Amino acid sequence: MASPTNRRFWIVFLAVAAALALVPLGLPEFWRKFLTEILIWGLLAMSSDILIGYTGMVSFGHSAFFGLGLYGAATALLVLRSPNLWAAMFVGLTAAAMIAIFVAYFSTRLRDIYFAITTLVFSQIFYVVIFTWTDLTGGENGLYFSQPPFTIPGLWSVRFSTVSLHWFILAVVAISYLLLRRITQSPFGMVLQSIRENEPRTRAIGYHVERYKIVAVMLSGLFAGLAGVLYAIQHRFAAPDFVFFTVSGEVVIFNVMGGMGTLVGPLVGAAFFLLLREGLSRFWTEYYLIPLGIAFTAMVIFMPQGLLGFWKRRLNQ
Amino acid sequence: MFEQILVQTVNGLVNGMVLALVASGLTLIFGIMDVVNFAHGDLVMLGGFTGAVTVAHTGNFWLGLLVASLALAVFGALLQITTLRPLIGRDPLTTIIATFGISLVLQKYALWQFGPTAQNIPQPIPGRFELFYLQYPWYRLGAAVMAGAIIGALYLFLKYGKYGIWIRATTQDRVMASAMGIPVPLVHTGVFAIGSAMAAASGVLFAPLAAVTQTMGFDFTLRAFIVVVVGGMGNLGGSILAALFISLLEAYASLVVSPSQAVIVSFVALILTLLFRPTGLFVPTPK
Repeated sequence: MASPTNRRFWIVFLAVAAALALVPLGLPEFWRKFLTEILIWGLLAMSSDILIGYTGMVSFGHSAFFGLGLYGAATALLVLRSPNLWAAMFVGLTAAAMIAIFVAYFSTRLRDIYFAITTLVFSQIFYVVIFTWTDLTGGENGLYFSQPPFTIPGLWSVRFSTVSLHWFILAVVAISYLLLRRITQSPFGMVLQSIRENEPRTRAIGYHVERYKIVAVMLSGLFAGLAGVLYAIQHRFAAPDFVFFTVSGEVVIFNVMGGMGTLVGPLVGAAFFLLLREGLSRFWTEYYLIPLGIAFTAMVIFMPQGLLGFWKRRLNQ
Repeated sequence: MFEQILVQTVNGLVNGMVLALVASGLTLIFGIMDVVNFAHGDLVMLGGFTGAVTVAHTGNFWLGLLVASLALAVFGALLQITTLRPLIGRDPLTTIIATFGISLVLQKYALWQFGPTAQNIPQPIPGRFELFYLQYPWYRLGAAVMAGAIIGALYLFLKYGKYGIWIRATTQDRVMASAMGIPVPLVHTGVFAIGSAMAAASGVLFAPLAAVTQTMGFDFTLRAFIVVVVGGMGNLGGSILAALFISLLEAYASLVVSPSQAVIVSFVALILTLLFRPTGLFVPTPK
């Protein structure tokens, strides 16, 4: 088991995790929250990498899964008599998973641009539903709720501070990363990658391609929902804007900027995008998307591998 | 109720013709270049704004229509040369992603240049006629007729014009066309320019019906996508029928539910089409 590459992976992983855990102690409040937010968007980006990078299906509808996780957690925290963290997480994940099954069943019959357009259309359906179903979702105003404390049932309960919330989210994201990495390296993940490389051949070998695709969309949706739950816990509100296409578009940007098919790449892409946005919007306010969009388009043309693409082989070892 | 249905039929046909103009530009670009243009709706929006500014300065609607189409044709050609030409031969998905980046830039550029307020163009054809309980503006019918005329002109150009034949030849076989001496890269640029000009024209025609805002692009892109897929990708006649079909569906649905929910009907139509007739509703069954 402990091959040299394996050992090196664990050393680097633990070093990065420790660094991410310790850095917020030395940061001002604003940047602490910012770092936590990067982790959440990074998890969303990693979840979509399963589809975009590993299976070769570009999803333009990840906002639906993220949004359902967000609204699921929000509803649980508002409706339940004794709201708690784990219930919120359970409801959010269930909501996202149900939607993912539904979307996966229809969209995986289609390929390439048709898959992209179908996922986009599905996410817009959920946007319209959430926007107009004001009784349940608060419509345009969104939902506000209070942050649940961190509890170990029957033993311990403590309110989150900025730092402990960061640690909690870091732990969830790190575990998700390890799970996703395990999935992409498993035989199942290998089949996904062979679908990306050559779908007819994978089918000819005897794999049931549609089933693999459905499971890939479901897994991706589940982790995207988890990101939504984490966002709900950090920001204590849910708004229809998070189900809108803009979020899906940003997820694609994270993937392209960071490097598809590397898992770490999209997380780095998310960090890069958010830092760039933070920096640019100080000079250009809401027009930051003009330089950013130009940089993004230039990257698609000249650097299709993204920031970490040149490391793809090593990151997947 | 019966009268309402008839009024909605007229509304649906008018909106459908404008949408058909947008979608035929999109389907032309896809048919020739395998480019799914995510920024198409934003070209509609920019055309609308250019037209609105021209009309505000000169007071002439037709001049606005002309200026917007020409300006966007030049802009489209530049856009194709700088961003899409390097992508020829890559996966169509790459072009979706690249044009998505362009759409972000264009939207914020419009916000910067034209401001967040909606801009309006006064209706160039005055007068209304009686349609049951409504005073129906003549311009709405005029817009539909003009959209139809532009599409008709495009059809004749593709069918009989020398350059139209070049375009069709490039659609059929890029390599063979190039071997016959057709400058294929130039045809690509030209087609993108034509598509952009058509988008701009529909933006100007649409502006008097409802105002131009900088966020309207995404809505147009989405609806044009739906129309193009329902009609069959790269199929001009199918796109026009699909545009009318989708607009009529939405018009009838908005009798029952609120207009913002009526959109779902066209979404569902798209998904059902993709599941049961992935090549499009209005094309002959492939043999």
